[in-house]
Amino acid sequence: MSVPILKQAQYLIATIQSALSDEDLLALQTALVEKVGKYRSRGVIVDVTALDVLDSFASRTLRDIAHIIRLRGAETVIVGVQPEVAFAMVQLGITLEKVSTALDLEEGLAYLDKRLQHARAEH
Amino acid sequence: MPDQNPHDDAEFCVPVSSVNDIVTARMQGRVLAEQLGFSSGEATLVATAISELARNIVQYASNGDIVVRSITNGTKRGIVVVARDRGPGIVDLKLAVRSGYSTSGGLGLGLPGVRRIVDDFQIVSDRQAGTTVTVTKWRS
Repeated sequence: MSVPILKQAQYLIATIQSALSDEDLLALQTALVEKVGKYRSRGVIVDVTALDVLDSFASRTLRDIAHIIRLRGAETVIVGVQPEVAFAMVQLGITLEKVSTALDLEEGLAYLDKRLQHARAEH
Repeated sequence: MPDQNPHDDAEFCVPVSSVNDIVTARMQGRVLAEQLGFSSGEATLVATAISELARNIVQYASNGDIVVRSITNGTKRGIVVVARDRGPGIVDLKLAVRSGYSTSGGLGLGLPGVRRIVDDFQIVSDRQAGTTVTVTKWRS
C-alpha cells in the first residue's frame, strides 16, 4: 500500500493511511527524496497518526528519511505519533534523535513556517 | 476447577517468510490482546513485540512462524508469543540480547527492546534447530 504524497505550496505532506510493510516505508523514502527535488520543496511532513505500531525498523526509516531530506536541503517533521505508540517506542529504547516532531498536521505546518521564516531572516 | 474462559484456547499461528507477514502477525496479536481485555497501550506493546520478533525471523532465518496464545494464571490473563525459526541459530546469546548490539547494521534494539516491553523472556538457540523466543505479557 503506497503512501499518497500531497504537494502544498513549498511543502510535501505524506499521510500514512494504514499499517505499512517495510517495503512500503522504503518506497515512501525514495518517493519523498525524489519529489523534494522535483518540486523544490522546503519542508516535508510525514503524518503517522494512523500507525498503531512504530517498531525499530519503522523508526529507523523515519529517521533516515529526515536525515536524507535534510541533505537535500529541506526540513522534515514527523507528526501524529499516538500516545501509546510513543510509550511503546520509549520502552523499546527507540529515540528519533535530531528528528523534529509535532503534535499534528496543523502544528507541523506551523513549525515549518517558523523554520522557513527564521531561515529567511538570516539572509 | 480450572478457570473456564472462552478465550483460554485462543491461539493463532502466522507463518513468517516475508516482510508482509510481519504486519499480519502483529495485527492478529493486537486483535487477540484486545479480545482478552488488554488496554490499548498494552495491546500496542504486544503488537510491537511481535513486530520485532517477526522481523528477526525474516532478517536472520528467512522463515519461521509466530504462535500467539492466551494463558491464565489464577485470575491473571496473559498472552504468550512464541517466535520460532529454523535458521542458523545465534552464536552468542548473551551478546544478542545486549542493548545496542547488532550483526545486521540495525539499531540493536530488537531482542533487548522486546525483553524490556514484556514480563517474561526466554530464548533458546541451537546451531542445527534454529532459534525460539518465548515471551509473556500479562494484562494489568
